[in-house]
Amino acid sequence: MKLEDLRKIREQAAKGLSLRTGEARIKVIVGMGTSGIAAGARDVLAAFLDEISKRDLRDVMVTQTGERGLSSSEPVVEVRQADGSVIVYGDMTAKKARRVVAEHIVNGNPVSEYTIEVRTE
Amino acid sequence: MTRRLDVLVCSGAACVSSHSAAVRDALFREIESSGLSDEIRLVETGCMGPCELGPVMLVYPDGAFYVHVTPEDASEIVEEHFLKGRPVKRLLWEDPEARRIVEGKKQVPFFEKQKKVVLANCGRIDPENIEEYIAANGYEALGEALTQMAPNEVIQVITDSGLRGRGGAGFPTGRKWQFVASATGGTKYVVCNGDEGDPGAFMDRSLLEGDPHAVIEGMTIAAYAVGASRGYIYIRAEYPLAIKRLQIALAAARKAGLLGEDILETGFSFDIEVRMGAGAFVCGEETALIASIEGERGIARVRPPYPAVRGLFGMPTLINNVETWGNIRHIILNGADWFRSIGTEGSPGTKVFALSGKVQNTGLVEIPMGMTLRELIFDIGGGVPNGKRFKAVQTGGPSGGCIPEEFLDTPIDYESLKELGAIMGSGGMIVMDEDNCMVNIAKFFLEFTSDESCGQCVPCRVGLRRMLDILKRITSGNGRMADLDLLKHLGKMIIETSFCGLGKTAPNPVLSTLKYFHEEYREHIEEKKCRAKVCTDLITYHIDEDTCRACGVCAKNCPAEAITGEIGKPPYVINEEACVRCGTCLEVCPFGAVKLESGAL
Repeated sequence: MKLEDLRKIREQAAKGLSLRTGEARIKVIVGMGTSGIAAGARDVLAAFLDEISKRDLRDVMVTQTGERGLSSSEPVVEVRQADGSVIVYGDMTAKKARRVVAEHIVNGNPVSEYTIEVRTE
Repeated sequence: MTRRLDVLVCSGAACVSSHSAAVRDALFREIESSGLSDEIRLVETGCMGPCELGPVMLVYPDGAFYVHVTPEDASEIVEEHFLKGRPVKRLLWEDPEARRIVEGKKQVPFFEKQKKVVLANCGRIDPENIEEYIAANGYEALGEALTQMAPNEVIQVITDSGLRGRGGAGFPTGRKWQFVASATGGTKYVVCNGDEGDPGAFMDRSLLEGDPHAVIEGMTIAAYAVGASRGYIYIRAEYPLAIKRLQIALAAARKAGLLGEDILETGFSFDIEVRMGAGAFVCGEETALIASIEGERGIARVRPPYPAVRGLFGMPTLINNVETWGNIRHIILNGADWFRSIGTEGSPGTKVFALSGKVQNTGLVEIPMGMTLRELIFDIGGGVPNGKRFKAVQTGGPSGGCIPEEFLDTPIDYESLKELGAIMGSGGMIVMDEDNCMVNIAKFFLEFTSDESCGQCVPCRVGLRRMLDILKRITSGNGRMADLDLLKHLGKMIIETSFCGLGKTAPNPVLSTLKYFHEEYREHIEEKKCRAKVCTDLITYHIDEDTCRACGVCAKNCPAEAITGEIGKPPYVINEEACVRCGTCLEVCPFGAVKLESGAL
């Protein structure tokens, strides 16, 4: 093994540690409270994970949170960018999740028809 | 499938002994049965530090820090947190002062004030997985040194960084490397001193368990710099987990071409062997350690010649402590200026301490040099538990000294501690409160060192015994005031005339307590009083007539049958002749009628 090979291994392996650094360009937070799960949040989460993995997006972190109080709009998903802008999507499905990945996360255009809140932190 | 959670379960020796393995297995089962195996990865890491709170675990990316986890908690954690995203509040670490629940690891003051350099990977990566170490920039420093730096440039960076030996004496590391590089001889050796023997110290063990590759990388860089081809890691056989992880790490590094022949295809070859010590304290002394590796009896040899000139098998040998090795890769990667920006002018960098004794948060901490003792003990350590009063802190183990309250604002660096009659040492830090008798503490350490004396030289073998005899006399109430001068005289003589570091430092605990706690010695001698009520020959138990309800519990529990009385007819009476001063009656009395006194009677 040469130094270049070591660096290649690192690049691959670093993916495995990214969760523990908390440094991601985009964080996708899926609401996984009881009503969220009842409304299908697990499928939404699985779709996000699958799509992100398929596209090999390494700077995107998927995490979860509890109830946020918007039960009527569950499953609710929050997409946070490193610059502090936050888009909240409501009434999500697995299909919608894949579209959010393609249009918002990859191309940078939030999907306005699913958006229920826009804010900056 | 992308992983969304990393669950880090601490598997440092402290957590293992509080059954972290059962917690890990329970979590594994729950994660499997909930169908989350693809999304969640369970990782065993090295020591996270707060051993008091074990078993501990960390969940990323949220950074939730769980403490005192039991296998029974696993289903709730998986169901509530991993599945529904609601951290289990009752298991999160709670700040004892503010009585608030802390949700993220970053907010815990225990972690907040620390500066993790050497321990950065401990508790973050899986020590048995070389890929995780590589991902955390592992072996990059070795690669850079081998491909972009000449050996003397490597030594220059270490010299410029001002790194000093973390084993305790604080000798400039760069200078040591230079000596070995300039020495002539056939095979040169690099040795890691992992013979951590101080009571209450577990810095080296934790680093070897939590990040073994860092030590291997540091040694390999040094081997390149000084021109060595063989290395030894000398480690206590009492550290089985550290040995196991080291061996896994060595095998993985060899397999990856990072150790052994033609490292990283640069033509440089170096290999490391593990040698186990049999638990003799003196083998932490470098020449005794060398003798032990050679298969000889572990006793010190005359210096000079120093090991740098004539060491292992008579060849030039570079010996550094585990923590020193752990610093090397960071200095190569980040540069000497970066290292100097941490800590103080004379003592740059960080220091790892094993905080133990009468302190709220016992465990493993790493701080920038120059932090005061007060900050370390009260902010990070959380102060003395149970509302007791702080009395002293002991640094440097059996070679160190006790520092009283008035010096708590002393910065932690090599020189400041030495000035107080203590030493930096390898990092043991034992906190004592009003319930500790300082004479008894001095006796404890002297019992240890006189037991561990190799017997080679008279001052250490005989002198320490005589000092111990005197201390035993004082703690049993038969001391004379002239004993105090005799102790000082003997101590000074042993320091001046002993052959090796063991004897040269062993009187320190006695001399420092004599200096700062003279009054306690005087009380033991003149008033036959032990104010901490520890020395059994100087204490008496008696039952207060007015408080005693004659329930008979004390008499029933007394192992010496020293208490007499009749149920319902107070008071019960302790026969002092028969009493063995075990304190059982005091513990069991439901009315607080048993009193413990010293001196005044």
